[in-house]
Amino acid sequence: MAAVLRFLVAATLLALSMAPAFSAPPASALKAGVFEPAQPAPDFSLQGTDGKELKLARFKGKLTLLVFGFTHCPEVCPTTLARLAQARKELGSAAAEAVQVVYVTVDPERDDLDRIRKYLGAFDKSFLGGTAKPEVLAALRKNYGVFAKKVEAPGSDNYGMSHSTSVFMIDRQGKLRALMPFGHEPADFVHDLKLMLAAG
Amino acid sequence: MKFWLAFVLAFAFGWMAFAPIATGSSEELFEIPHGTYARRMAGNQVEILPATIRLTLGVRNVLLLRNLDEVPQVFGPALIMPGQSFRLPFELASIYSFACTAHASGEMQVIVDPEPAAGWDRFQWRWERLRKKGSAF
Repeated sequence: MAAVLRFLVAATLLALSMAPAFSAPPASALKAGVFEPAQPAPDFSLQGTDGKELKLARFKGKLTLLVFGFTHCPEVCPTTLARLAQARKELGSAAAEAVQVVYVTVDPERDDLDRIRKYLGAFDKSFLGGTAKPEVLAALRKNYGVFAKKVEAPGSDNYGMSHSTSVFMIDRQGKLRALMPFGHEPADFVHDLKLMLAAG
Repeated sequence: MKFWLAFVLAFAFGWMAFAPIATGSSEELFEIPHGTYARRMAGNQVEILPATIRLTLGVRNVLLLRNLDEVPQVFGPALIMPGQSFRLPFELASIYSFACTAHASGEMQVIVDPEPAAGWDRFQWRWERLRKKGSAF
């Protein structure tokens, strides 16, 4: 029995020693999905929660994290915004200054500027929100490949919105560089934001 | 003769169960061919992405979507411009659902399996691959 065991061990060791030297291909630098080549992010003109026109061009030189959602969202939006707020904290104040979160409503019927402002303020006072006429928002969503659909709640006047959940990551030159799918932890955002900030 | 046969079998088992998994690329590539939009406009059914994509950590854990068509295409979770690629890595074994207008169901699923551990798991993984694709690498 011992001889058989020694024989199997010897064969296995030999097999291992003959396995070619494998090396994993280099991992993508970012945790997010990356667009290659990056192209200019579609700009927009919305009413901003800071009382100014909300345009991407305003944030050139900063990293912009663009989120689509609605303030009555029960799960995805609070989770995403809380994680982005946490990521900004972890980045430290200097780096966080270079990151702007922009939240665009997909529910202009209920989300007015005041409501969006209060909602975002609960996560991070620096977050900016935007709204516009439904057709303007629909055109913006189309430019980013974002979907949003009203979901009626049977037997109630209330409704929900089914919507895209990814965060669009726009670099300092205004190019749409990456897209972080829902579910990533703040550490992943911190990782990618640091790389994007370092890239200039 | 018996000795050598046993040795070869043990060698094969040992290699299949313990050798590191080789992979030239960790990417699973899907392309939208040139002319897809035109074919769709002509009324042809064109399916590019399967409704479910299966990846394996450490082997194929990157979804690479490439748009070779002349118009932007919503492809899985992203709107991809003509000539553009979208490279989405996965680091956790799980089932991921993405909204996808390219599918009739409106959803695309990516199932990411864990990397087969050295031993029986890796042997089974290689055996299945050998059976289905004719390659155990």
